[in-house]
Amino acid sequence: MSSTIESLVNREYQYGFTTDFEAETLPPGLSEETVRFISAKKGEPQWLLDWRLKAFRRWLTMKEPHWGNVQYPPIDYQAASYYSAPKSVKPLASLDDVDPQLLEMYSKLGISLSEQKRMNGVAVDAVIDSVSVGTTYREELSKFGIIFMSFGEAVREHPELVQQYLGSVIPYSDNFFAALNSAVFSDGSFCYIPKGVRCPMDLSTYFRINAAETGQFERTLIIADEGSYVSYLEGCTAPKRDTNQLHAANVEIIALEGATVKYSTVQNWYAGDENGLGGIYNFVTKRAKAMKNAKVSWTQVETGSAITWKYPSVILQGDNSVGEFYSVAVASKMQQADTGTKMIHIGRNTRSTIVSKGISAMKGQNSYRGKVQILPKAEGARNYTQCDSMLVGNACGAHTFPYVEVGNNSAILEHEASTSKIGEDQIFYLKARGLDAEQAVSMIVSGFCKEVFKELPMEFALEAQQLLGITLEGSVG
Amino acid sequence: MLVINDLHAAIDGKPILKGITLTVNAGEVHAVMGPNGSGKSTLAQVLAGHPAYEVTGGSVTYNGVDLLELAPEVRAQHGVFLAFQYPIEIPGVTNAYFLRAAYNEIRKSKGLEEVDPMEFLDLVEEKLKLVDMDVSMMSRSVNVGFSGGEKKRNEILQMAVLQPMLSILDETDSGLDIDALRIVANGVNALKRPDNAAIVVTHYQRLLNYIVPDYVHVLAGGRIVKSGDKSLALELEARGYDWVLEAA
Repeated sequence: MSSTIESLVNREYQYGFTTDFEAETLPPGLSEETVRFISAKKGEPQWLLDWRLKAFRRWLTMKEPHWGNVQYPPIDYQAASYYSAPKSVKPLASLDDVDPQLLEMYSKLGISLSEQKRMNGVAVDAVIDSVSVGTTYREELSKFGIIFMSFGEAVREHPELVQQYLGSVIPYSDNFFAALNSAVFSDGSFCYIPKGVRCPMDLSTYFRINAAETGQFERTLIIADEGSYVSYLEGCTAPKRDTNQLHAANVEIIALEGATVKYSTVQNWYAGDENGLGGIYNFVTKRAKAMKNAKVSWTQVETGSAITWKYPSVILQGDNSVGEFYSVAVASKMQQADTGTKMIHIGRNTRSTIVSKGISAMKGQNSYRGKVQILPKAEGARNYTQCDSMLVGNACGAHTFPYVEVGNNSAILEHEASTSKIGEDQIFYLKARGLDAEQAVSMIVSGFCKEVFKELPMEFALEAQQLLGITLEGSVG
Repeated sequence: MLVINDLHAAIDGKPILKGITLTVNAGEVHAVMGPNGSGKSTLAQVLAGHPAYEVTGGSVTYNGVDLLELAPEVRAQHGVFLAFQYPIEIPGVTNAYFLRAAYNEIRKSKGLEEVDPMEFLDLVEEKLKLVDMDVSMMSRSVNVGFSGGEKKRNEILQMAVLQPMLSILDETDSGLDIDALRIVANGVNALKRPDNAAIVVTHYQRLLNYIVPDYVHVLAGGRIVKSGDKSLALELEARGYDWVLEAA
C-alpha cells in the first residue's frame, strides 16, 4: 500500500483523552452479588432484580459465541468491573447540578449539556460509564407526552411500561452477550412516544466510557406507540487505553401499528492502536419489532472498536411492515468488524432493504453477515440486499456471509454485491485536479458511502463524514 | 513557460525517458508523436507528477520553479492540467461536486473566494456548450457509465472550467469517432490563448487536422528524435515512423 494512504489511514484518535473525576467503581468480579449490588444501587423493584438474576443464571449456562469472523484472546469476565459511576451524579439531578468536569468532558466531545448551549434541536441523554448524567429538553418533550429519560429513572417513574416491554424483543436468554447485559446493565436511555405523536426533535443518547477496566452495559428501550414517529441518534466514544474494554449493549425497539422509528448510530469507540493493542470489544444486540404498517430503519456508521459484533435486526411481525438497514463499517489498523442484520419476515407483504458498505484498510478485517428469513406465512415478502466492499491497500480483508431462508414461494429477494479497491490512480486523478490526498480519499470514500449517509439526519451525516475522515484519512470537509 | 532539460524517468526501475529536452513557450501548441512504447504517455504522467514514475535525472522548470519538486495537486493549482488517456471513475461523487471542489481548490490557492454550487452551475453551463455536453452530465457520478467519448469530453470540460496555463492532452483522441474528435478539438482550440500553452500527445496525425500544432516532436526510445512544424506530422502520416527511427 502506498505511503500516502497508509499515513492518512493511521490517524490519531481524537477522543482518546481521559477525564479525572471521582468515581465510584465496583471492584472487578461478576457474581450474583454483583447483580444484586447494581440493582440495589439503582433502587430497583424486586421484579427487575428477579429478571436480572434469571438472566445471570441463564448466562452462566451459555457459551460465548465464536461463529463471528473475529479473533480475540479469551475474555476474563471476572477481571472487569461491572459498575462505575461519577460520584457527583445524584439521582434525578437537574442538569444544572451536573459536575462541571463532566460538562467539560462532554463539551470536549462536541456535546453541550448546559442549558444555554444545548445542541440545536436535538435532545440528548448523556451516559457516562454506568449512569446517565443528564437528559436535555425533557420538559419540552413532556408537553407532547413524550417520555425521554435515563433507563434508571424510567424504572422508577414508568415501571409499568418498562415491565411490559423490557425483554419483549430481546429476551434475556437471546444470546450470551444479551444475557450478560440483562444481568448487569447499569443505565441507558428510555423513550416512549405516545399514539399519533410525531416527535418534534431528534432524540439522542451519547455514550462515553471513561473508567478503566470497566465494562459498559447499557440498555435502551424505545417504544413508539401507534402512528407515532421518532428519529433517534446514538453516539459513542471512549478514552485510549492499552487494555481491551467490553461494551455489551442491548437496544430494543417496539414500533406499534403504523409507527416509524429511525435509529441512527455513529459508533466511534476507541479502536486500539495499529498493533492491535487496546480498543473496545463492541458486542451489541440491537433488535426491533415492527407491528402492522410500522417501519423501522437502522442506520449505522461503525468506525471505532477493536472488534465489532453487531447485527441490528428487524422482526417484521405485522403485515405491510418495513425494515431497513443502512450500514457503513470501517475496519482499519487491526480492527475486526463482523456486522450486518437480520430481517425476519413474519407478516404478509413485509418489505426489507439492506444496504451495507464495508471499508477495510491497513490490516482491518471487515465481514458483512446478514440473514433474510421469510417465514411460511409471509405472503408477498420482498427483500433487496446490496453489499459493497472497498479495500484500501493489500493487507486488509473483506468478507461477505449472506444467509437466506425462504419459506414462502411468493417471496422476491434480490442480492447485489461488489468489491472495489481504492487505487493510487483514483487518488492521482483527483490530485491532478488540485485536491490533496486527504480530500481525495475522503471524496472517494464519501462517494462510496453516499447511499448510507443520505439516510442520516443532516447534522449526523456531517459528523459521520467527518468521523470517517478522521478514522480513515484525516478531516473530511 | 516550460523548460524540460535532459529528463530521465523510470517505472519499476525500468528506464522509459532517456533524456528529453523540450521548451514550450506561452501561446504555443506542441504535438508529441511517436510509436507505441516510445514514452509519450510517460512524459505526460511525469509532468503531472504520477507517483509510479521515478525521475532519475534532468530537470523541469515551469514558470521559473522546479516543477518536479511540487506535489501533483500543487502543480494543478499552479495551472498544470493533464487530460487523462483513461479518465478514472469515482462512484457516488457527482461530476458537479468533483469539479466544483477542484475549481475551488485552485481558487483558494490563488487567494480567491470559493464559489457556491449555484454560482458554479452558471459558470459550468457555458462551458458545457463548448464540449456539447448536457447539464444532466453534471449530476452523474464522475465518469461512471460514461462512453469513451463522454469521458474525453468530460476531460475537456474540466480543462475549460479549470483554465490551466499548461494543458497536457494524453492521447485524448484515442478511441474517438470523427464527431467526438471534432468536438474535443474545438474545445481545445476555443481555450487557446496567447498566455497559455498545450502539449498534445497523440499517436495519429488526424487530431492535428483539428488542433494545429506550432511544433511537432517525434519521440522514440525515450528521446525526441526529430522536431519540426506541422508538415512533419503530415509526413509521418504518409510515411509512418520507420524512416524517422532509421534516420535517428
